[in-house]
Amino acid sequence: MSFKATSRDIRGITVVDVSGRITLGEGSAMLREMVRDMTSKGQLKIVLNLGDVTYIDSSGIGELVSGFTTVKNSGGELKLLNLTKKVHDLLQITKLYTVFDVHNDESSALGSFHS
Amino acid sequence: MTSQTKRMDVTLESIIDSVDLAEDITVRIAEAAGFDDEDRHRIGMSVREAVINAVTYGNHQNREKKVFLTIELEQGRLVIRVLDQGEGFVLADVPDPLAEENLLKSSGRGILLMKAFMDEFDVVRGRTGGAELTLVKRLPAAG
Repeated sequence: MSFKATSRDIRGITVVDVSGRITLGEGSAMLREMVRDMTSKGQLKIVLNLGDVTYIDSSGIGELVSGFTTVKNSGGELKLLNLTKKVHDLLQITKLYTVFDVHNDESSALGSFHS
Repeated sequence: MTSQTKRMDVTLESIIDSVDLAEDITVRIAEAAGFDDEDRHRIGMSVREAVINAVTYGNHQNREKKVFLTIELEQGRLVIRVLDQGEGFVLADVPDPLAEENLLKSSGRGILLMKAFMDEFDVVRGRTGGAELTLVKRLPAAG
């Protein structure tokens, strides 16, 4: 299943529903471009819904980190929603679980942004 | 690899597509060897990371250089070797991705994942002079 991302705007927060693979040569570059594009447009409150992500490798993890720092350096916040067990395990191994703000339901993620 | 043969050698081009190919081949062999879904995922991702290292950092995607993948079933273990034609590297020199100053870097986590997912992991200078990564997973029946 290849990488796919669609975004929704909810009260000024951009929720991106990501599905498929975030890997080197597949979704990583697309994810990077997408976050940069949103940031350049001033969309600085972002929730990445990873519930339908089937696979992520170290390159994909790197892009999540890169997206996180890009948005943060622009004065915004990027949060993660609905991690699968595999993605959750990867974030635990890489100690990134404590870096990201991770949520299990959308309303919690939306409510966590500073107004 | 048939039930009679216990070793497979694959020569890969130094291109990103080789990463998926190496993963696919290894996961199929792991399935035939009886590994469950979770272990197949861990083995596949480890091979993926090893070949990414070989293609990008070892061979620098130089089309004249190859990556040599060897998969062996021996003594209750699945042994995978990934050899490149680069300059090699010393494991101790690789920055720790869990160190505070490296936590937000966008790369450098491949070896960490291989170590976490496999039972054994090692790097030596191979016959080509490049890095040879060895990944070992005990077969399920051997516990």
